[in-house]
Amino acid sequence: MFYAKKLNKMTYQADEKGYYGEFGGAFIPEMLYPNVEELRKQYLDIMKEDSFQKEFKALLKDYVGRPTPLYYAERFSKKYNTKVYLKREDLCHTGAHKVNNTIGQILMAKRLGKNRIIAETGAGQHGVATATVCALMGIECIVYMGEIDIERQAPNVARMKMLGAKVVPAKSGSKTLKDATNEAIRDWINNPVDTHYIIGSVVGPHPYPDMVARFQAVISEEIKTQLKEKENRENPDYVVACVGGGSNAAGAFFHYLDTPEVGIIAVEAAGKGIYTGESAATSALGKEGIIHGSKTLLMQTDDGQITEPYSISAGLDYPGVGPMHAHLFRSGRGEFISITDDAAMKAGLQLAKLEGIIPAIESSHALAIFEDRKFKEDDVVVVNLSGRGDKDLNTYIDYFEL
Amino acid sequence: MNRIKEKLQEDKKLLSIYFTSGYPEINDTVQIIKSLEKNGVDFIEIGLPFSDPLADGPTIQESSTIALKSGMTTNKLFEQLKDIRSEVSIPLIIMGYFNPILQFGVEKFCAKCEEVGIDGLIIPDLPVDVYNDNYKAIFDKHGLKNIFLITPQTSEERIRFIDEVSDGFIYMVSTASVTGSTKGFGEETKAYFKRIADMKLKNPQVVGFGISDEDTFNDATKYAKGAIIGSAFIKHLNKHGKNNIEDFVKSVRPV
Repeated sequence: MFYAKKLNKMTYQADEKGYYGEFGGAFIPEMLYPNVEELRKQYLDIMKEDSFQKEFKALLKDYVGRPTPLYYAERFSKKYNTKVYLKREDLCHTGAHKVNNTIGQILMAKRLGKNRIIAETGAGQHGVATATVCALMGIECIVYMGEIDIERQAPNVARMKMLGAKVVPAKSGSKTLKDATNEAIRDWINNPVDTHYIIGSVVGPHPYPDMVARFQAVISEEIKTQLKEKENRENPDYVVACVGGGSNAAGAFFHYLDTPEVGIIAVEAAGKGIYTGESAATSALGKEGIIHGSKTLLMQTDDGQITEPYSISAGLDYPGVGPMHAHLFRSGRGEFISITDDAAMKAGLQLAKLEGIIPAIESSHALAIFEDRKFKEDDVVVVNLSGRGDKDLNTYIDYFEL
Repeated sequence: MNRIKEKLQEDKKLLSIYFTSGYPEINDTVQIIKSLEKNGVDFIEIGLPFSDPLADGPTIQESSTIALKSGMTTNKLFEQLKDIRSEVSIPLIIMGYFNPILQFGVEKFCAKCEEVGIDGLIIPDLPVDVYNDNYKAIFDKHGLKNIFLITPQTSEERIRFIDEVSDGFIYMVSTASVTGSTKGFGEETKAYFKRIADMKLKNPQVVGFGISDEDTFNDATKYAKGAIIGSAFIKHLNKHGKNNIEDFVKSVRPV
């Protein structure tokens, strides 16, 4: 009875084969099967170990700087006539939520006996977070990054190098994030025994989407406690987060997925406009398909070739979404909104002026919904401020001619 | 009888060639198939190009990118192959990633394969358990053999399961690598070839990945029934075009 009730309740979580409704699974070539299977068999047990939890929590506290504040944004709230809290993931070490996952995965890799780490990165945030934890643990680190992104994100490339990582340019295809992911997967095929692949988002074959979501779940776990202190309630009316692959959103939604009274709002990048051909609004433009080993919503041609997304924000520039988000969209559990480059840039500048916080352009997309999406005066809305804007200064400077 | 099963019964080591359809020129597909058969190749894998071929190295990815840029599509491939069986009698296998097949519609894709005379499919990112649960009945209905891969890391238990589900041959990936990335086989690889041979599987094995010339072909087929060449042939096409296929086949298996 207890189990039946519990199972029934957990409908928006992955099942044991890694499916969220009809999305997810592990569509991988046989060459990857042993690696992925080794991880799948062990990840839940390892995560449950007391010693793992102790080490994970200690590093999140003392190294990452958690818990991150839940900050009531008074001037922002006043402007939009509702109550807005910002979950300050931008204050994490390395500047974004990404490090929650890399801390978890490096501890996982150590327990699996791996001594070589590979990762993919788009803008470089996940690459930096991975290089950071590899430096912390003294483990070899190789980061695949699209050749074009290497040119666009020079400061992050320098950071990774300072941290001792080797940055390998992905020269195939469109030379961006999706190709960096392909190259990392190929590296894993070529190095099946000693290497762990730290995927940076809730994408890829099972168990990655579920494992990464669980590492990021600390975000919503803290929101619950903090909101209880501030508002005497654990549940906000809405949680808002931007979605590229969707790891910060997965973390912010995680403990609210099966609490229907909490509205879930996922914000995608519309780029220059959903139907301009330069967009990354996967829920609007994607069809069911397979990318990087996962069945999900995917931007593709009628012939099933994966197309190039576009967004001013490199972190949202992915042609798919994690299978959890595909399911939230398809099932209607999540509300999906897409925000253009222009709207996001304005929202970023506005937050700087109203609250003294310069957000990452990814997070600016989540902040931009308040212009059109109206909330009630007494609604409590938590926005996950996934990263800080330092890395985006050049983009802000060019855009606003500062 | 299915042409693949028939071919596997011949008393010789089989040479198979992979090429990407629509490469080097979009309308070369049929001519390359005919030329390979004429020069004694035993069966052919026709690559359906994909934008993100995870299991392939740079040579095959590049050929796919070029084919796609020239306008290659799934429909176009079936159009090109519509009369192939009036001229070609060796087994033909389509090798492609799952997403384009999913978008075409698995049932429709299999029906089209049967219509033009395709004998089997190799879909690297369609795992054996998903195939078994969801698609086997469709493949069977259209007389298509689905070919699965094994690698040096595949457990014995899983190899036995794959042998159970297979009804044709098993594609034995020579080393832990993507296509086109090895030079010669070391002792470890040769020991793996022997280990698999000693398992006495019901399906014959055909070795792929890392075979590029006569030496590697002979090493690979010492225990296995045959071997598949892909990247080395694509490189040959790239360098010499489609009119010099005879030289390539002879360099691997001298008459």
